[in-house]
Amino acid sequence: MTRRLLTLAGLAALPLAVLGVFFVLPVGGMVARGLWADGAFDPRGLVEVLGRPRVHRVLGFTLWSATLGTLLSVAVGLPAAYVLHRLDLPGRRVVRAALLVPFVLPTVVVGVAFRQLIGEGGPLAFLGLDGTPTAIIAGLVFFNAAVVIRAVGAAWESLDRRPAEAAAALGATPWQVLHTVTLPALRPVIVSSASVVFLFCATAFGIVLTLGGVRYSTVETEIYLLTTTLFDLRSAAALSVLQLVVVTGLLVVTGRLRAVADPTVSRQFARLGRVSRRDVPALAATAVLLALVAAPLVTLLVGSLRAGDGWSLANYRALGSTGDDPAVLVSAGEALLISLRTAVDATWIALLLGLSIALVVTRRSRSRGERRVRSLLDGVFMLPLGVSAVTLGFGFLITLDQPPLDLRDSPLLVPIAQALVALPLVVRTLVPVLAGIDDRQRQAAASLGAGPLRTLWTVDVPVVWKPLLAASGFAFAASLGEFGATAFLAREDQPTLPVVIFRLLGRPGELNYGTALAASVVLATTTAVVMLVVERLRVPSLGAF
Amino acid sequence: MGGLVLRDVTVRYDDLVAVRDVSLALPAGAVLAVLGPSGCGKSTLLRAVAGLEPVASGAISYDGADLGGVPTHHRGFALMFQDGQLFAHLDVARNVGYALRLRRTPRAEVSRRVGELLELVGLAGYADRLPATLSGGERQRVALARALAVEPRLILLDEPLSALDATLRTRLATDLREILRTAGTTALMVTHDHDEAFAVADRIAVMRAGHLVQDGPIGEVWQHPVDADTAYFLGYATVLTGAEADRMVSSAGLVPGQDLALRRSALVVDDAGPLAGTAISALATPEQLRVGVEVAGLGALHAVAPLGSHVAPGDAVRLRIDASRTAPVPRGDPRVSP
Amino acid sequence: MTHHVRARATLASLALLATSACSAVGGSATDGDRTEGAAPSEVVLVTHESFGLPDELVAQFEEETGFTLTTRAAGDAGTLSTKLALTAGDPTGDVAFGVDTTFASRTIDEGVFDTYEPTTLPEGAEDYALPEGADRLTPVDVGHVCVNVDTTWFAEKDLAPPASLEDLTEPAYQGLFVTPGASTSSPGMAFLLSTIAEYGDDWPAYWERLLANGARVVEGWSDAYYTDFTQGGEDGTRPIVLSYDSSPAFTLTEDGTESTTAALLDTCFRSVEYAGVLAGAANPEGAQALVDFLLSEDVQAALPESMYVFPVSSAVDLPEDWARFAEQPTDPYAVDPAEISANREAWLTEWTDVTTR
Repeated sequence: MTRRLLTLAGLAALPLAVLGVFFVLPVGGMVARGLWADGAFDPRGLVEVLGRPRVHRVLGFTLWSATLGTLLSVAVGLPAAYVLHRLDLPGRRVVRAALLVPFVLPTVVVGVAFRQLIGEGGPLAFLGLDGTPTAIIAGLVFFNAAVVIRAVGAAWESLDRRPAEAAAALGATPWQVLHTVTLPALRPVIVSSASVVFLFCATAFGIVLTLGGVRYSTVETEIYLLTTTLFDLRSAAALSVLQLVVVTGLLVVTGRLRAVADPTVSRQFARLGRVSRRDVPALAATAVLLALVAAPLVTLLVGSLRAGDGWSLANYRALGSTGDDPAVLVSAGEALLISLRTAVDATWIALLLGLSIALVVTRRSRSRGERRVRSLLDGVFMLPLGVSAVTLGFGFLITLDQPPLDLRDSPLLVPIAQALVALPLVVRTLVPVLAGIDDRQRQAAASLGAGPLRTLWTVDVPVVWKPLLAASGFAFAASLGEFGATAFLAREDQPTLPVVIFRLLGRPGELNYGTALAASVVLATTTAVVMLVVERLRVPSLGAF
Repeated sequence: MGGLVLRDVTVRYDDLVAVRDVSLALPAGAVLAVLGPSGCGKSTLLRAVAGLEPVASGAISYDGADLGGVPTHHRGFALMFQDGQLFAHLDVARNVGYALRLRRTPRAEVSRRVGELLELVGLAGYADRLPATLSGGERQRVALARALAVEPRLILLDEPLSALDATLRTRLATDLREILRTAGTTALMVTHDHDEAFAVADRIAVMRAGHLVQDGPIGEVWQHPVDADTAYFLGYATVLTGAEADRMVSSAGLVPGQDLALRRSALVVDDAGPLAGTAISALATPEQLRVGVEVAGLGALHAVAPLGSHVAPGDAVRLRIDASRTAPVPRGDPRVSP
Repeated sequence: MTHHVRARATLASLALLATSACSAVGGSATDGDRTEGAAPSEVVLVTHESFGLPDELVAQFEEETGFTLTTRAAGDAGTLSTKLALTAGDPTGDVAFGVDTTFASRTIDEGVFDTYEPTTLPEGAEDYALPEGADRLTPVDVGHVCVNVDTTWFAEKDLAPPASLEDLTEPAYQGLFVTPGASTSSPGMAFLLSTIAEYGDDWPAYWERLLANGARVVEGWSDAYYTDFTQGGEDGTRPIVLSYDSSPAFTLTEDGTESTTAALLDTCFRSVEYAGVLAGAANPEGAQALVDFLLSEDVQAALPESMYVFPVSSAVDLPEDWARFAEQPTDPYAVDPAEISANREAWLTEWTDVTTR
């Protein structure tokens, strides 16, 4: 084996080991537990479960809602990515940071905020959306539009303007330029982010239940019901297998859609455009999205400032203490620190693994076999997004129970589980950009005497720096807001803020409720501030290269 | 008046004035080269004509119609970039036919026209290739064909040949001129290379630091550079000033009272020549012998000798002046000694 | 087999290498300390996220018994039961608290618990013992899921509040009731069980009438209570909600003299939470000590304020607000845990059919 391949194998080993231990093993364990009844493999169970009409209905609704949620997220995300990353709009950084806020809010909080708007007593009650699929879709867009905006925006920002100008000079209207030149150039990143959004939508849990009422079930909610309430591991395993099959199918399809004739993209630091009249449709779409995101957030903010019949900061004062509620052992302030620490760990784990994977996946292959292995790797790391947190969480319990893998109660599980969720976001943000680098640049650097690391530093890192920042922002936000696995794994003395918010909302009493809202506002604000700071980070050597 | 007219055009990037008060006229059917060093504002001027940069003041019009407020895609111009900017995701035929498809030209018509254009630029049979598989010269030809496809009333060429190697550049420059003539296209080209300008254009405009310093038919500009810097930029090897110029002028029997720009070939080794000098170097080229000479009172100068002559460093030589290879430069340069 | 183990070990060491630097989380992992042979000094309690004891009581337990108490709390009662069932015989701790009436049978059937009966139960606790499995699970607290009403709303409208399950189907109360769903929420399940206890096999017909009368089914308790209930959020529109018998103690007027809500005591389902020693516990002695401790007077007295439930002991004093405003039903509905376990799936399937029809 050549040294080159050994290096690549080395790079891939760490992410693969983590994936193997913290994903394949636990999920495999749960599925095996369900399908090997009394020690013998029983595929009839699988067939029987997948033949049920209810399963068909659930699968149908899952695919329908996820597809629609994805399409709409892309439809509003693209114009917003343009407006927020290509136009010289005052306050665009703040808006960009604010749009990531939904990503970190616990769904239970968002559900309450949404329902206060559209519920029977809310200002938007006349729309009659409460408990409808429309509300579920709106919720999905609320959570996921930011994924499209960040991923596509990062690529759009550095897209060479000249092909578009050449098209305009050839007589293409702005609209024609968009769909004949700009969108084709952005296609890989659009497909990438859309596939991530689809997985988020397809495995959305809380938002489906809260906004849809109990009427609508998705595969994810069904697995939860089957596992925890009914203890029907066989059916749950069958549905997990179904999830894996659907996700794999999706990955194959998106892999095809993503492939372009020439992935090389010339990049430049483009000046931001002046806002002009023809930007009005994009600005309008962005405004609609902002309204969708802002309305529940404003509801939250207003709610957090109410106490009794008047305005008050009492809810915020309660954040510093455990309040009148001994059941919440950690104050919201402490929980925020725990959240931030966990998120930092999850972020660097996700970045380390994600960068390794992105590098392995994007190096030019020398043979068809090698290329196959790479695209397989590329897809495998998307799987954790597509599989139920419940299956993964219980899988940890039954497989990581013996030395040297006795990790069931390790404090590392939470950041690792969060990193697994954030990992696809990181990979999907980095891969299109790394694939866009002309390999000759690396060869040129190598021919000038640069070693592999130096080449990485001088060729890849400058190009990938901004997307890397975007990815770390993503990972951080995803980790801060992750609830499914965290609630399952968090230990009593280490609850994250979303877990504390959830607990507070589970208790009667005005102060508990208000404190939960105040804690959500703090969580949202913290996220926005962190995002703003991350966006302002720069590499000093960037301009010099 | 037909064609492109620029009146007092100024373009700003924030506080920086890139183009200042430029006025130009380009009659229909003519090819104008805007020549200038990098950073002189020529590309900005081109982009302003294309409608890609807003004009801070002044006016651009075509065939008498003001273009202020007309967006790029309504100007009926075509723009060809230095590196072609082919659409990487489209094959050659689809690149060339791009603008035709925008106009909903019937498919058969597109395909006929694309074939014609590829023929014109010498790339018949390349229709299915992707841009990534083409050489630099081929890409430029495709870009040119693409720009010509819709018979634009004005084609804008941004350093169309600079990215190519010297041999290819010369050949493509000739082709470009031929293709533009054949198509009868009005063209505005910016370049920093005077050879490219001479090879393609029939009018020339020289820009420096955002200003237009000279423009006119190519021969006129070439023979009458407005100042020493312009002369150098037009490819003159030496500009003699003051007493040195007077001495050379009197030796050559030219009109006195002006400075004198000399091309490399302005001095010819000729035993009957009026000037005496000493050869300090000699280099054979395929067409002639290039000789470096030291002339008393004038310093080191370039000269040429016919192939086959025997000139070696150290030899004493006589020099004749070929007046057609010199150009008078008006005095007024501050460096001129009184 | 050896090969398999070695591969696992390699994977593990690589993965640990990757994560060993996660120091920021703070390492209080203690698994490594629990070597076999030496007398264990730690008791590990596995419980759900609603568990909480005041620090003083934890300190008191550690002082009295010499064990350190480590709490592993995550998920709700259903998650806890599933977790325990999945790890039966190879538990993640020594003792479990929080398995409730509706999930007790599952854990007993799966062999999660060892036998242990405290020598003395507090006064009154006998009433809450399981019909089957009382030798393994010890009752610690009790709560009731009851329909609650906004008394101020009814006073304003000059309308008598409903009193029974049947009343909820009366036209006078059309569109006024909201409940969390049985498939998505534990109190929702408890309410379903109330209706099953009351109507027997005719319960689907009752639900049809309930829904026809405009009852609203939402996802979870907080959703129903804080969004739809008139005394919860500011924009609530429904004055009847499914909640707990203790809830009225948290909706006092400004002066604290009365509650703005009341629990309908004829609509309640009783849910008892149990504790037990886990089969395969590393420290069974410590586990037993903790079960005993949970029954001690101090803990029993602290339960209302720390976990929002009533003690099983009738000997301890309730907090003042509770004593005044949180009334316990005398004759609540109950369904045998074994029956729940056997029929849960069928009932939920039928319930889902009825509610989403």
